[in-house]
Amino acid sequence: MISVSDVNLTFETNDGPVNALKNVSMEVNEGDFVSFIGPSGCGKTTLLRVIAALETPTEGRVTVNNMTPDEARKARQYGYVFQAAGLYPWRSVSGNIKLPLEIMGYSTSEKEDRTRKVIDLVELNGFEKKFPWQLSGGMQQRASIARALAFDANILLMDEPFGALDEIVRDRLNGELLNLWARTRKTICFVTHSIPEAVFLSTKIVVMSPRPGRITDIIESTLPKKRDLNIRDSREFIKIAQRVREGLKAGQTEDVF
Amino acid sequence: MNSFLILFFIIWLGGWWINIKISNYKDASLPRFIVPSLFGIVILLMWELAVIGLQVNPILLPAPSAIALKFSRSLDILWIDFVQTLVKGALSGYILGCGSAFLTAIAIDKFNFLKRGLLPLGNFISALPIVGMAPIFVMWFGFDWQSKCAIVVVMVYFPMLVNSVQGLELIDPSRQDLMRTYSASYTQTLIKLRLPSALPFIFNGLKICSTLALIGAIVAEFFGSPIKGMGFRISSEVGRFALDMVWAEIFVAAIAGCLFYGLIALIEKRTTFWHPSQQK
Repeated sequence: MISVSDVNLTFETNDGPVNALKNVSMEVNEGDFVSFIGPSGCGKTTLLRVIAALETPTEGRVTVNNMTPDEARKARQYGYVFQAAGLYPWRSVSGNIKLPLEIMGYSTSEKEDRTRKVIDLVELNGFEKKFPWQLSGGMQQRASIARALAFDANILLMDEPFGALDEIVRDRLNGELLNLWARTRKTICFVTHSIPEAVFLSTKIVVMSPRPGRITDIIESTLPKKRDLNIRDSREFIKIAQRVREGLKAGQTEDVF
Repeated sequence: MNSFLILFFIIWLGGWWINIKISNYKDASLPRFIVPSLFGIVILLMWELAVIGLQVNPILLPAPSAIALKFSRSLDILWIDFVQTLVKGALSGYILGCGSAFLTAIAIDKFNFLKRGLLPLGNFISALPIVGMAPIFVMWFGFDWQSKCAIVVVMVYFPMLVNSVQGLELIDPSRQDLMRTYSASYTQTLIKLRLPSALPFIFNGLKICSTLALIGAIVAEFFGSPIKGMGFRISSEVGRFALDMVWAEIFVAAIAGCLFYGLIALIEKRTTFWHPSQQK
């Protein structure tokens, strides 16, 4: 589905070149929920942006649905959820959800149908006419997810969507996201810096380290696909979390502490 | 001390006292309207009493009542001047100048190389002194409103251009990226993202230019005009020491300027309701 092989990416900055990604290789299979975890500067967001064709790698090969990332972008193969909700403040919730549908030229009746469907899906009924600034952070992110689900992309790329939310809201949205994933059967790539979030959500965890940005471990989760929040107290869960923590530790360079 | 001056001080202190009382009123919506109107009324009364009490020469400062009388008796002339200067000169120049500046801004945004050429040129045009350009434009475009329109275009072009360019440049990167992920075309991005987010800046330009257009159209008439128009009337009535008529024209200009500015601010409030500057 998504394949990344030997990708290098160097940013030219005023302080000289920065090695954002170094020899990164990984695969995402259809229906996977893959988390990218690591400290800031490890290139997890950059990797997601490479998959989305928002950045171009300096070296290496990336394919998305057997296309180059840019072809996949033009074929509207993925929906992207940004760190800050990125909703347009001059559009209401339903107006924001209709935005991609307008751009992709859906008919009026189809726009209405699809908007209603995804609003049901993220449980925002009754808030269709509200504007983004009238909503809580959690509701804004739900609207943002609904917007990414409104058109027929089978991949969902999410860049720390719940990073700015408090833990209680985050737990609830994590549970809802798993339900959504099970119901829509999308392939999800999810960037986070929270270990419990990554372990709870993922079928595969990609652990990354900074300077240069690289992958230190790829963990196939042994947790069952169907799970609820209680699973976080199981031994299986704790074992995977430990392995993630070790992967993060192994990538630490001396200048971190 | 004559009785007019005693009344002058009584009204001054009385108005002051009432306004303090109202300002301290708990419900904030009441003072917002009443205080400025009361202030205006008190100023007018004091002006009237001072002019009568001190027997000020009407050439130096006519009483408000004399101005009001002149105003009501010259409605036909004031209307002709208003149409000539503000509708034909200022408004046409404002629409033409702001409109072309806005289109230039879009062109600059699309073709980056224009930015280096057109912005300095716009800067240069705006630095041209209006008193120097006005006689030249009268030679080029004639005595009638067309030359005034041209002056207004020159005056409003640059402020509008700078504001529009700035608004189009200032885009949140993740909102821009979102459009890329949809593979949106240039036009779609312009209409659905860039223009809406530039609106607060565009309105800023429109508001600044509304006052500039008013000033430009009136001043331009000092350098040649047909025998009508607010600038023409002001300069010729000053020559005849008919200062009450000059004040009546100033009054028309002030009212028209306030109403026009208010209209733009109202449209701004309606269309940029989402912007933090419009929210309480």
